[in-house]
Amino acid sequence: MSYPPEMQRSIDRVNASRAERVKQNVPRLSAEGKKALLESYHPDYRSSGMRAIRVGPNRGDRAVNEFVDILEAHPRLSPERIDLSQIDHDVDVLVIGGGGGGSTAALLAHDAGARVLLVNKLRHGDSNTIMAEGGIAAATEPDDTPMLHYLDTMGGGQYKNIPELVMTLVTEAPVVVEWLESLGVMFDKIPGTTSILTHTPGGHCRKRSHSCRDLTGLELMRVLRDQIRSRPIEVVEFRPAVELLLDEGGRCAGAVLLDLDTKQYVVVRAKTTILATGGMGRLHPQQFPTSNHYGATADGLVIAYRAGARLTDMDAVQYHPTGVAWPEQMLGLLITEALRAHNVQLANVDGARFINELETRDCVSSAIIRECTERGKGCATPTGMQGVWLDTPLVDQLGYPGKMEKQFTGIYKRFREYGIDCTREPILMFPTQHYQNGGLLTDGESRTNIPGLYAAGEVGGGVHGRNRLGANSLVDIFVFGRRAGLHAAHSAKEVQLGRLTLDHVLRHEEQLASAGIETDRTSPLVLPDYTRPETRFRRVG
Amino acid sequence: MSTPKVRISIMDKRYEVPQGLTILTAYEYAGYQLVRGVGCRGGVCGACATVYRLEGDSRRRACLACQTEVQPGMNLAPIPSYPTNRPAYDVATIGDARRAVVNAFPEVQRCLGCNACNKICPHSIDVMGYVAAIIAGDLEKASDLSFECILCGMCATTCPAEISQPNAALLARRVYARHLVLGSENVQKRTAELRAGTYTADLQKLASSSVDELKKLYAAREVKR
Repeated sequence: MSYPPEMQRSIDRVNASRAERVKQNVPRLSAEGKKALLESYHPDYRSSGMRAIRVGPNRGDRAVNEFVDILEAHPRLSPERIDLSQIDHDVDVLVIGGGGGGSTAALLAHDAGARVLLVNKLRHGDSNTIMAEGGIAAATEPDDTPMLHYLDTMGGGQYKNIPELVMTLVTEAPVVVEWLESLGVMFDKIPGTTSILTHTPGGHCRKRSHSCRDLTGLELMRVLRDQIRSRPIEVVEFRPAVELLLDEGGRCAGAVLLDLDTKQYVVVRAKTTILATGGMGRLHPQQFPTSNHYGATADGLVIAYRAGARLTDMDAVQYHPTGVAWPEQMLGLLITEALRAHNVQLANVDGARFINELETRDCVSSAIIRECTERGKGCATPTGMQGVWLDTPLVDQLGYPGKMEKQFTGIYKRFREYGIDCTREPILMFPTQHYQNGGLLTDGESRTNIPGLYAAGEVGGGVHGRNRLGANSLVDIFVFGRRAGLHAAHSAKEVQLGRLTLDHVLRHEEQLASAGIETDRTSPLVLPDYTRPETRFRRVG
Repeated sequence: MSTPKVRISIMDKRYEVPQGLTILTAYEYAGYQLVRGVGCRGGVCGACATVYRLEGDSRRRACLACQTEVQPGMNLAPIPSYPTNRPAYDVATIGDARRAVVNAFPEVQRCLGCNACNKICPHSIDVMGYVAAIIAGDLEKASDLSFECILCGMCATTCPAEISQPNAALLARRVYARHLVLGSENVQKRTAELRAGTYTADLQKLASSSVDELKKLYAAREVKR
C-alpha cells in the first residue's frame, strides 16, 4: 500500500461509508442548479484566465490566455526565407495530422480517387485518439434513437451546438460503427450474441458507448494506421505543418512543413487541405494538468487563424472530472468515464458523495472544484494537491471479482506500478484539461470559411457546443473525418490553383504591429518544453 | 526541502536527477526537449520504449519511460524506432482467415520458443503464447493474448527468429474481428433504417426546434441506467 498515512485515514472513511453510500440516491441537478454550479466553479467563468483576442477574424472574442498568447505571436519561420517555387510534394489532398480524424479523412479521400499525402508532427497515430479509453457513441440499441442522441448532445453542450452538425453526427454515428467493424476493430461483444457491449457515459440517457476494453482509442488507431498502410497513401512523419499556403485567389493551397530531424522546411502544394491537428491541452490552459498527447499544442488553429479561418467557442474548455491527482507521476492522466458508467462513485475526504456521478463533465468537474476549494472537503496530497476519491473497489463489488482487472486493465496496471491496488483502494482525482470544445468553424461538409480548407475532429468547433459528452469525440472524428475526406477529394478534381503565397503571414505581422502587440513569442509551438528554466536560460543556438 | 538525488546514465552519460521522477521526466530534467521517444505520456502509444541495465547486473531490461520511475544505477537508451516487417495485404480480401496470418508472416513458424520476447515485453504480454496461437490458427486466442499490445516493438528487437510479432498480432486481431466474428445485428438494423430515411423527418423537426422546446424535451426524456 503506497498511500501516505494522512491519505490512508481518509481512505478508511471512504471504506467505512461504502455500504451505505451504494444505496444512496443523489438526485440530478435542475437546469437552474446546473447553471449556478457552473457559473460559480467552472474554470470557463474565471475572468482572470481569459482575455480578448486583439487580431484576426475573431478580434474581440475571449479565449484562454495561453491560447491568445500563441495567436498573437510571430511566425516561427519568416516568410521571406521560404522559396515557394521549389515544390517538394504536389498532391490532390493534403491531410495534416494522423490521429483518428486525419487518418479517416486520408482513407476516404483515397477511396474517392485522390492522391493523398498524410503528414504528422510525430509518428503516424500519435494523437489524443490513441489515448481514448471509453468508447464511441452511436444510437444502435433497440431502445435508443438518433433523436435521443441529438437531445443529449444538445443538452450537454448547453444548447450552443450547431444543429446541422449535431444532426450529421447522430445520423452517421451508427454507420461509423458498422464501418469500423468491417475494418476489423475488436469491439467488446456480449458473449453468445453479435451485439456490441454498450455503456452509458455521463449525460447520455441510453447505453450508447461502444468500447474495446479500456483501450478503445488504441484499438481504433492501430487498425486505421494499418489500413492506411494497405493503400498507396504517402505518410510523412516528424514533419509538422508550420504555415498554411494560400494561392493568390485566397484559396488554401497546401502547407509549409518543418522537418524536425533536419530542421529544413518542406513545401507541399495541394488542391485541398484537411486540418486534423487536434486540441490544445499541452498549452495547459489556466495551468491545469492535461490528459492530452504530447503533441496537442494547437498548431492547426494558429496557422489556420493566420490564414483567415474563423474560430468558435474558444473560451469553452473541457476539464475532465477524473484526472489523476496522486501519485504525482500520473498527474493529469485520464481515468475513463466508463468507470462512473459502471456505477463507481465519487467521495470527498470524509467518504461522502457530493454530486450525481452521471451529470455532464462540466458539472461534475465544477462540483469537484467546489469540494476542493470552498467546502474544504478535498483530500490533500503530500505535494499540495487536493482531490476527491473515485471508489474503484466498487467495480468488482458491484460486478464480479476480477472485473476491474479484465475490463479496466490499463488503469489497473498503471496504478499497480506505483503500489496502488485499485480493486481494494480508491484512487484520488482532480479535473484535468481534456478537450477543446471550440475550434475552427465548419459546415456539415467539414469546410472552413477558407476555400479548400477543411477541419476534422477536435480542431473543429460547433459540434459539441460548450461541453462535449463522453464518447462523442470518437464519433466526431470519424463522422467528420469521412465527410472531409470525401468532399476534399471530390472538390480537388475541380480546382485550378494560382500562384502560392504566404502574404497572409505578412498581413498577420502587420496586424500585430497595428494592435501594438510587442512580443518575442513565436508560434505554432510544435512541441511543449518541459525542461527546467535553468536549462532554457543556458541553452544556446 | 530538497528531494534526494539518484545517479543515472542516459546513453552512457551521467546525470543526477531527483528521486521519484519517471524516466521520461528525468530526460527532461537533464535538459532534453524530447522530439522522438515521446508520445502520449500515458502508457498506451509505445513511443517511449527504453532499454536499460542496472549497474553490476548482467540482465538487460526494457520499460516504457513514461511509466517507470528512475532507479539508482540505471543506464538508459531510448529505442524510438526499430524496423519491422509488414507485408502488403488487404484484410477485406485476405482469403483463408485461419491461415491468413501465417501466410502473410511465414517467419512466425521459425519461433524457437526461447521466451526472449516475453522477458523483454514492458507490458507483460504473453508474446510467445500469441505467436504459438497464430501458428496453430487459433486467432481468437492470439487476439485475446495480444490485445493490450502497444506496438512498442521491443519483442521484435530481441527475437532470434526475426519475427515482427506486433505486426503479426495486429493482422491476427483484424482478421479475427473482420472474418471470424459476426458483425452486430443491432448496428446493421439501425444503419438500414437510417439509409431508408426512417428517422429523417423526426430529426429535421428536432433540428428546427427552438432552444426552449429542446429544453422541455430534454428535461422530459427518460434516463435509463
